Amino acid sequence: MCVSMYSAVWSREETTERNYYTRYHNMSEITAWMEQMKRENPDVVSSMVYGQTYERRNITLLKIGLSSTGRKKAIWMDCGIHAREWIAPAFCQYFVREILRTYKTDTKVNEMMKNLDFYITPVLNVDGYIYSWHNESTRLWRKSRSPGTGGCTCYGTDLNRNFYANWGMVGVSTDCCFETYCGTKALSESEAWAVTDMLGKMREDILAFLTIHSYGQLILVPYGHPNISAPNYDELMEVGLGAAKAIKAVHGMDYTVGTSPDVLYANSGSSRDFARLIGIPLSFTFELRDKGEHGFELPEDQIQPTCEEAYAGAQHIITYTHDKAFYSYAATVRATLSTIICLYKKVK
Amino acid sequence: MPIYTQLAFLRTTQSSLALVFCSQILVWSMGWTLFILLVVLTVVHGNPTMTVRTGSGPTVGFDQHPNSVPLGEDIQTTTEGESEVVEEVMTTGVLNPSHYPARRAATVVQHYLNTRYGSPYRWIFFSTVHSGSSEDVAEMGRKYQLELTVQEMISNVSGQCSAELFFPEGEGQSAPQVQASCEGLHQSNTTAQEEAFYQQHRASNNLVSGNNIPDSYGHVEPSMKPFWQLGGVASSFIMLRESNESTLYNMAQVANFTQLETEKDQLRFNYHVLLHEMISQEIIHWKLLVTWSPEQGVQVLQTELQPKCHHCEAPPNTTN
Repeated sequence: MCVSMYSAVWSREETTERNYYTRYHNMSEITAWMEQMKRENPDVVSSMVYGQTYERRNITLLKIGLSSTGRKKAIWMDCGIHAREWIAPAFCQYFVREILRTYKTDTKVNEMMKNLDFYITPVLNVDGYIYSWHNESTRLWRKSRSPGTGGCTCYGTDLNRNFYANWGMVGVSTDCCFETYCGTKALSESEAWAVTDMLGKMREDILAFLTIHSYGQLILVPYGHPNISAPNYDELMEVGLGAAKAIKAVHGMDYTVGTSPDVLYANSGSSRDFARLIGIPLSFTFELRDKGEHGFELPEDQIQPTCEEAYAGAQHIITYTHDKAFYSYAATVRATLSTIICLYKKVK
Repeated sequence: MPIYTQLAFLRTTQSSLALVFCSQILVWSMGWTLFILLVVLTVVHGNPTMTVRTGSGPTVGFDQHPNSVPLGEDIQTTTEGESEVVEEVMTTGVLNPSHYPARRAATVVQHYLNTRYGSPYRWIFFSTVHSGSSEDVAEMGRKYQLELTVQEMISNVSGQCSAELFFPEGEGQSAPQVQASCEGLHQSNTTAQEEAFYQQHRASNNLVSGNNIPDSYGHVEPSMKPFWQLGGVASSFIMLRESNESTLYNMAQVANFTQLETEKDQLRFNYHVLLHEMISQEIIHWKLLVTWSPEQGVQVLQTELQPKCHHCEAPPNTTN
């Protein structure tokens, strides 16, 4: 059954792998692709179902890293929290393919795969994503697919306003018919709860949190509330600006860096803010291409360049995170050891 | 600088200094207790400095970001339908070009330029704000001045613009007033293409129509591109009129368009467009009656806001 499903998927599409990553894929294609990634890379890729959507579908992540005996530090990336932002799941797929393609030959990627595990959710809002594929009139759906309550007959809650991070305070709607509806309460949505639960279990280990959106060409740092600053704002800005510089070097695109209230709008209940609040030091929202010409409906011929530049940006952040965690510790150990050696010689 | 960042910085410096200092002492003395202290110090400071918070209520308010223009005292609440958007309003002063007030104002300039100069072969977007300032006009509104670069999307020609905007405040909000002058945009010579397009479509024996432009995959058929661009320019009339300091509009899609009989040498179209308003994230449907000719440019004769279709949202397979 597995083989026939695999061949059924491929017979509908171009068979060259290069073409696969330059097209958008529906949820069943992405699910099949996740299975393929595990099958082709059994030593480094496993998957984990960590929650259920409103319509009872699995929320699945890929865990990617060279196995080790001890507990490893982690990088979290999620895509597709907003259904209509199709370039985001496309980027998660591209990112996975890139690290799997290069970890054996690229010493830096190899080192990071040794020291870190990547937890990547290609589609977080599975129900919404499937709905946005239903027909042309549903393409611009954003929210989850849970029904309204209390006499409100519209559908969906904005998952990125539903997290327990200054929930409901600013930049939200309390009407279930609106796109930034924050839900009846924080974590009313099972999708937001699934992420919260995972992050809570892993929070000691997660070094960086990246959540991928479109559009606008922005890198947003916490917090969404205009009166609250992250304790490491300067570091977040420095790393974010470094990522924007790396992005620009690829295809010349400008990405603006700042807090959401500074460069875009105030908002609360976002996953990025929640990650920072529970102590994950480097937490960023990426808003990918473009700046409004196509908006959510980015042409497929822009998937590859968008993914290339976003990959450079993400790698800048991940490399910084990795080196800060592992090189400063190693440097300390080296200094300690050299001191011991000096002392031993003196004592002798 | 936020206090936590200052402490983290000091700790890092202190630990490096401590390492050097302590290692010197150890070399010259035989203080093993100091050595143990060194190991403990370095191991502790070797890990990334992190502030772990329990719970997730708001953190203590810190001072404003070092890069920002001082925030105003007033908090302005605007009610748009049922949604509430609470934003701090910038007071008079120099604008940070990468912050939202300058970016929103630049988008308004973009809409204005399209209403003045746009055509099926000329569609303008702003690229960068270089500098700007804003000033309160007592009890009337706020005035902006901007220097920005814009780009014409078909020819890729860039232009440098100086613009002045005025956002009126108060009941019955009227449209912002914009003046702008640009250098460099006239370099895109669209006369030949526009004339050919006009001649091709002015005879009424083959009226064109289309829908879902771009389609779900972002694709626009080459033959549909001028109609897409015309839709974008026509939408600019609405987006300009509807803009204020709390909005950021783009056209998301031409849902459909139908060519009508040419009248008075003007091509005529009914358009149904979807506008994306970024701050509320709403998709807003408008119907427009649009005319165009190379001489007269784009004109929008009628606009009609379409209501949101709430019953359209129900799951596809429900039977009730």
